[in-house]
Amino acid sequence: MMLLHAQGVNVVYEPSRGTRIWSVRDVDLTLQQGEFVGLVGESGCGKSTLGFALTRMLRAPARLENGAIHFNGVDVASLSGEALRRQRRKGFAIVLQSAMNALNPVRTIQNHFGDILRAHAGPGDHYSEGAVRRRGAELLGKVRLDPNVLAKFPHELSGGMRQRVSIALVLALEPKMIVFDEPTTALDVIVQKAVMQTIQELQRDQGFTAILISHDLGVVLESTDRVMVMYAGRIVEDQPSKALVRGLHHPYTEALLGCYADPRAEEIHLEGIPGSPPDLSKPLAGCAYAPRCPLAEEICWKLVPPLAPLGSGAAACHVRAPSAKVPGATAAAAKAGAGTVATK
Amino acid sequence: MRQPNGQSAPGKAASVPPLVVSDVSKIYTVRGRGRGKFIAADHVSFTIPPGAALGLVGASGSGKSTLAKMITGSERPTSGSIKFGDLAVERLGAGGLRSYHRRVQMVFQDPYAALNPLHTVAYHVARPLQNFLGMSASRASERVHELLEIVGLTPPAQFAGKLPHQLSGGQRQRVVIARALACDPELVVADEPVSMLDVSLRSGVLKLLAELRANRGLSLLYITHDLLGARIITDEILVLHKGKVVERGATKHVLQHPKDEYTVQLLDAIATPFAANGAATTH
Repeated sequence: MMLLHAQGVNVVYEPSRGTRIWSVRDVDLTLQQGEFVGLVGESGCGKSTLGFALTRMLRAPARLENGAIHFNGVDVASLSGEALRRQRRKGFAIVLQSAMNALNPVRTIQNHFGDILRAHAGPGDHYSEGAVRRRGAELLGKVRLDPNVLAKFPHELSGGMRQRVSIALVLALEPKMIVFDEPTTALDVIVQKAVMQTIQELQRDQGFTAILISHDLGVVLESTDRVMVMYAGRIVEDQPSKALVRGLHHPYTEALLGCYADPRAEEIHLEGIPGSPPDLSKPLAGCAYAPRCPLAEEICWKLVPPLAPLGSGAAACHVRAPSAKVPGATAAAAKAGAGTVATK
Repeated sequence: MRQPNGQSAPGKAASVPPLVVSDVSKIYTVRGRGRGKFIAADHVSFTIPPGAALGLVGASGSGKSTLAKMITGSERPTSGSIKFGDLAVERLGAGGLRSYHRRVQMVFQDPYAALNPLHTVAYHVARPLQNFLGMSASRASERVHELLEIVGLTPPAQFAGKLPHQLSGGQRQRVVIARALACDPELVVADEPVSMLDVSLRSGVLKLLAELRANRGLSLLYITHDLLGARIITDEILVLHKGKVVERGATKHVLQHPKDEYTVQLLDAIATPFAANGAATTH
């Protein structure tokens, strides 16, 4: 069952008169109920902005320029006031990047649960302190925390525990979709692995739809069903996670994969990605990745590539995934020998 | 990657003294609720020979940063000694520390917090030049441009006047590195210098640190939980767990043949695209 359908989403930041930064460009996206999707890219590629747009968290100077977002049959792009609040109650929620610092330092964890449960209580619902304690303990159990955490203040908890508390807070309202914005970035590897495992288990058991936003392709591939790679505001590749390390890809995805190596290997060779992402305040004529791309052909500088089938998914690349709709792309692909390039 | 234009004479390593950490412990007394003692470092000993790069690896709370603080003189060990050449670091007073900081510099973890948002790139890099080397403003400004070039922020004129918020995380970390190099230190302590950066930017900063070490002959203490980074730039590593050294040896050897359970755990926790889904793709 389809849960989220977004079409032609554009987000513009307008920090001052005359400056317009196109952070998300013409994104189409469909999520099925219960899917676990990763959104990957470098800082500034628009992945968090897209997550904010989908959950209606954008604040000035950012705004949704145009595009339609349908969530569970409701057009959420035009919602406001109480109707939007209702969607936040049982509809969608977001775990923020700075979740570790998002807790109020002078209130106990139980107070946090009380706030969220009472603020979103339906008519006739009443949460006594005892009820908050019972529900809080139950939710903490889901993220593998002891109920005695309820009486603690945020500073008494470690980073990993605070992150678990913020996940438990989001679970309190039983949302249908949760966006996790870099939930483990500030944590060390062992804690990161444990938190990601909990997120995966919760997603499987509770069946919510999840979007994991991260710059770390390794983390995303380990936990998600499907991965979308973003570059300069666009989705440039969309593949099942299991298929991503095999076969041909968008050259940008390949470059991201080149940033990883096994520290146990005999020889280590890290590629990195030369150059830097384009200036998003300027219009882009062709493929945004062309200036950094080793495969770029003439057509790449002229025409924006659409998402076209590649392997078990799709990619936006004239050379690797020539689109039938773009005249000349097939020729460029043939010239670059895309079909014959061996998998690295 | 741009080649740093070796400002200091190669072969400087000969003049860099070794750092010898002997039997250092640090015990914090915890007051209030849950009072007691917290052992952050438990009889730790190691040596960084001149021009070598040592990795200090462990999860959060393992005592890595406490050791860094003791080595840079901002904390004093409860027992044990830290010697930089003939200098007893743990006994330095305010004046001694000042001249010590000319020789030992630190690269901090969070490039978003290590720079003052109200000051330009040039200001940050010029401060140590004026403070430690007594350079005039105009001489310092020339040197700032040279340093920016060394860390790959080119053209320097374009970066010097920028404020931190106008730079990306990787660029900010390069400013922090330029500042650490400004007074021509003999030892650089880098505390998780890439953990706040995108994976795609990490290799650039790591390569820069490796090159600077090779070209300038400085010693490097690299503190991290990222074993891949440690593998790339260090010769030797020490694995810390709860303040104790649980394993040590040549980096490649330790990673390929880990003996301690904790080292294995750290290795297994790394998320790589290739380990996931059991695909045996190698690059």
